Amino acid sequence: MSRSETNLLFAPSHEWADISEVGGEKYATIGISAFAIEQLNDLVYMDLPEVGRVVNAGDEFGEVESVKAVSPLYSPVSGEVIEVHSELPDQLEKLNEDPYNFGWIVKIKLRDDKGLGSLLDHAAYQRQCAESA
Amino acid sequence: MTADLATTPLDSWHRQAGARLVPFAGYEMPVQYASIVAEHQACRSSAALFDVSHMGRLRFDGEGSEQLLDHLLTRRISDLPVGGVRYGLVCNEQGGVLDDVLVSHLETPSGQRYHLMVVNASNRAKIFKWLTPHLADFPRVTVSDRTELTAMIAVQGPKALEVSKRLFRFDLTRLKYYRAAVTEQFSKPVIVSRTGYTGEDGFELIVRAEEATRIWENILLAGRDEGFTAAGLGARDTLRLEAGMPLYGHELDEATDPLSAGLTFACNLEGRSFIGDQALLEIAARGPSKTRIGLLPDGKRPAREGCAVLNSKGDRVGVVTSGAPSPTLGRPIAMAYVQSAHAKDSHFQIDIRGSIVGAQSTPLPFYRRHQR
Repeated sequence: MSRSETNLLFAPSHEWADISEVGGEKYATIGISAFAIEQLNDLVYMDLPEVGRVVNAGDEFGEVESVKAVSPLYSPVSGEVIEVHSELPDQLEKLNEDPYNFGWIVKIKLRDDKGLGSLLDHAAYQRQCAESA
Repeated sequence: MTADLATTPLDSWHRQAGARLVPFAGYEMPVQYASIVAEHQACRSSAALFDVSHMGRLRFDGEGSEQLLDHLLTRRISDLPVGGVRYGLVCNEQGGVLDDVLVSHLETPSGQRYHLMVVNASNRAKIFKWLTPHLADFPRVTVSDRTELTAMIAVQGPKALEVSKRLFRFDLTRLKYYRAAVTEQFSKPVIVSRTGYTGEDGFELIVRAEEATRIWENILLAGRDEGFTAAGLGARDTLRLEAGMPLYGHELDEATDPLSAGLTFACNLEGRSFIGDQALLEIAARGPSKTRIGLLPDGKRPAREGCAVLNSKGDRVGVVTSGAPSPTLGRPIAMAYVQSAHAKDSHFQIDIRGSIVGAQSTPLPFYRRHQR
């Protein structure tokens, strides 16, 4: 099933989160936005966290590196990393083509809703990008 | 746009081309147009055009210019023939590098001879201030800062000379490496030198500011079918790093002497007197305490400036000064300073933000073009 970017939530630091609820537990699939990927340009390296790592909203959980710069990845939610997209660092060119489906980075089981309130919907995020471009 | 930043004469062109502009040494400069990697590869396979108008251009006129430059530079200038270009260092009394520069000896079509010193943008004001007190000893020398009246364009790559030569009255391909001439394009004076900062063959132009955009566009158009492209500071940095060339502020600074930096070729220490000569003679006699080396970090993660270099036992013995993924080699490369006692070690480790990766020492440069 293909994920549509208009249904996602976005952190001001350009990560996206797809929140789902299964059996009373909330889960977030996390990636980085097409805008961020375009800005970073020429990606060469991605550092992923270990499964089991506990993060708070706003914590750095990894980094993505372009030819020119290193950019931290910040978790938009609080919880435990339950899955990482371990094939992604070897196929960073595909991140560019499909940031919202193939380009998922980690899945996090939410501990609580902390941080969710500060995330932007797609329209608000688009406005932020338009202002910074 | 930031109000206190200067722009180059090619600024409008960069904006129309969709360049990403960043502050650099007081200028708003293109860091890339579309892709650093694509621009880098265009330079290695065809040619790339770089706006390097931010570099400082200081003109020395009058009797005694050679002697003044000889006094300021680690490299002998008094025997530089007309049409010659030399790379040298401006050092302080302690032998620390104030700047690395190119000096050309030029002759205008009307027969007037002068010297031109190209300095780093970040050091332009410092060098002008540094040399001003010495002018008292050379009363006939005048120094004028030509930076803002002119633009500087680097055209670098294996096809640069062949494609561009038809645009100039002067046959560029007959200009030898590290030679310069004053020529004309559309009857306007142009300084051309067979120099560069990419490890490729090519040339650099200094033109009147108002002519810059037209000349830039003409060269791009002439090389359109050959794949000429505009390239930004991002590609310039990865190109010079592959070519093993030091960059001021990274491999060079006032706490670093040219011998540690591996620039012995640019220091004529014997039989002459210049600022810093005693300090450099002492360093040459006892050997520099640190040495610039090339490193190939294991894996795909680039080591960056500031990463600690460790020996095989894990002791800190140096620091990375420049690091990037090499588009030509398809792997990370880095330059570092290590304690000279470790300069011949073949294996090191690098602390990349807490992760320790192995790194093999390698002779510089990382990339050498095929000589014709």
